[in-house]
Amino acid sequence: MKKNISKSIKFFLLTLIAAAITDLAKSQEQNPLNMNEHIRALGMTPPVPVSLEGFSGEVVEVLKFDLYVQGFSFVAPADAQYQISGNNSGNVTGSVSDKFAKKIILSRSYTGGSLRTEAHAFANEIVQAITGKPGISQLRGSTAKIAFKAQASGSGNGEIYVSDFDGHNAQAVTTDNSIVAAPSWVPGRLALCYNSYSFHDDPDIFYHDLTTGQRKLIARYGGSNISPSVSPDGAKFAFISSIGGRPNIYVANIDGTGLRQLTTGVEDSSPCWSPDGQWICFATKISERRCLAKVSASGGEVQRISTAGVLNPTEPDWSPDGKWIAFTSQMGDFNICVVPADGSATPIVLIAGEDPSWAPNSRTLIFAKRAGSYRYTLSVLDVFTKQVKDVGRISGSDSEPAWAK
Amino acid sequence: MKMTKLIYPLMLAFVFALVATGCAHKPGQLTRLRGPTPLAPPEPPPGNTLPGGDNGIPAASQESFEGMIADRAALAANAIHFSYDSAAVKKSEHANLEAVAQALSADRNLKLLIEGNCDERGTEEYNRSLGERRAGAAREALAKMGIDPMRIKTKSFGKDKPVGPGHDEASRAQNRRDDFVLLHPQAGMGGS
Repeated sequence: MKKNISKSIKFFLLTLIAAAITDLAKSQEQNPLNMNEHIRALGMTPPVPVSLEGFSGEVVEVLKFDLYVQGFSFVAPADAQYQISGNNSGNVTGSVSDKFAKKIILSRSYTGGSLRTEAHAFANEIVQAITGKPGISQLRGSTAKIAFKAQASGSGNGEIYVSDFDGHNAQAVTTDNSIVAAPSWVPGRLALCYNSYSFHDDPDIFYHDLTTGQRKLIARYGGSNISPSVSPDGAKFAFISSIGGRPNIYVANIDGTGLRQLTTGVEDSSPCWSPDGQWICFATKISERRCLAKVSASGGEVQRISTAGVLNPTEPDWSPDGKWIAFTSQMGDFNICVVPADGSATPIVLIAGEDPSWAPNSRTLIFAKRAGSYRYTLSVLDVFTKQVKDVGRISGSDSEPAWAK
Repeated sequence: MKMTKLIYPLMLAFVFALVATGCAHKPGQLTRLRGPTPLAPPEPPPGNTLPGGDNGIPAASQESFEGMIADRAALAANAIHFSYDSAAVKKSEHANLEAVAQALSADRNLKLLIEGNCDERGTEEYNRSLGERRAGAAREALAKMGIDPMRIKTKSFGKDKPVGPGHDEASRAQNRRDDFVLLHPQAGMGGS
């Protein structure tokens, strides 16, 4: 009887703690902290400790990769906040128990896929069950994809590749044997825009439907047509063209019609879109200073985005939730930085690397890391815990990654 | 308020317990992606009009150079080099530009391709813009020397075509350059 009472008191206390944690999480969700406090969480947030039991081989490898880059760490079951257990004899079966709530919060068996795809599907549901937010392992029911530029060593020529976000199942989607660059996904579709020099060796922009294999030249103007970025609604693309004489930002309909010049800056490069499609952010120089700037997608005044404290910002990418802009700074070395999109706080320098691309969760980035002279490899970073995993190399140099949305 | 704090996680746990049954789930099958179909000669996109650029000299259309024969050797010795992260044509390079201008003045049927290149410092797409600025700077300088800029096309290779692959300054200096490629009209397409 006494035992039962102390047990129920224990349970009551644990429930209170759980309530406090839920409440805290809710208050962070509902009353956004001011950006200064918020940005301090970048790189400083402790990971969520979980344990992993009963799985083997590539299922363990997949679960560890996927959870690590979304802010989880691996500890002994006694120290874990969430215990993940199961097996992969034939298929993946597993469950997640919440130690505080003393409840199984997820229990699943998977069929019909390879062990890898089943493990990615399980990782996706683990993240959803624990955080209440969608995981990044799957997109529209399939393992999430990245596109990137792959170049053989010692040659400027390469191909655009698509692979799972951990680098597995890589496939070349071009057979151009020319310079290729800057793949950009058409959101919601298995389609890419990219820069290829395959036609008369000129830098042109193509639209490529990966389901039908059809591709179309959508920007072939005098000079260089480079750095395409597809709008969030898939209806337009922004790019750099020198049709007017110097490389500036242009926007056109996704079929190539309706070309419009947006900027006349002296050093414009690498445009990207705000998730609401209202703004185009890019790197430029204003009053002799390198900076990030934004311009309305329908044209107008160019506005500087403050990146005080870091130099030579390039390659911006706006997070899907609209809060952040990730970019590359160059101060001797190249670093991945994140700044609030409203410029209300100074940027955080996270890790050595270049050309970040956000995952749909607005916390995980894929980026390129220098691996020697004129060579890159890809890595995945969780910006809150700063946990990072390398992606397996496909060719001599893999760079310019883009996370499918 | 205290009550809702307590009830919320309990309800949540209850709902999870209900949901957490061992039903089978099918992860999506991997779709085989399709490579490109053979490329038909592309048509220029509609709406191919020159916007009124208020800086620089508008580019000549790609079509006006199609079918011309590239002669890489003729002006290979006249490549011009740039300072780190700069697209300004240095005084020391003017003799090379004058040689290029002379070659173009000698035969009005000849045209010119300028390829801008960069060293490894700088991010990829920044450098692709920088290479285009370097090519454009030489085009503007040649225009000032009296060459019709519509005879000149530019393109950037960014840092994708280094001639010196090393990390040292000598290699880097070699890579910060414009190459000049003389374009001859196709046989039977006019010319003197």
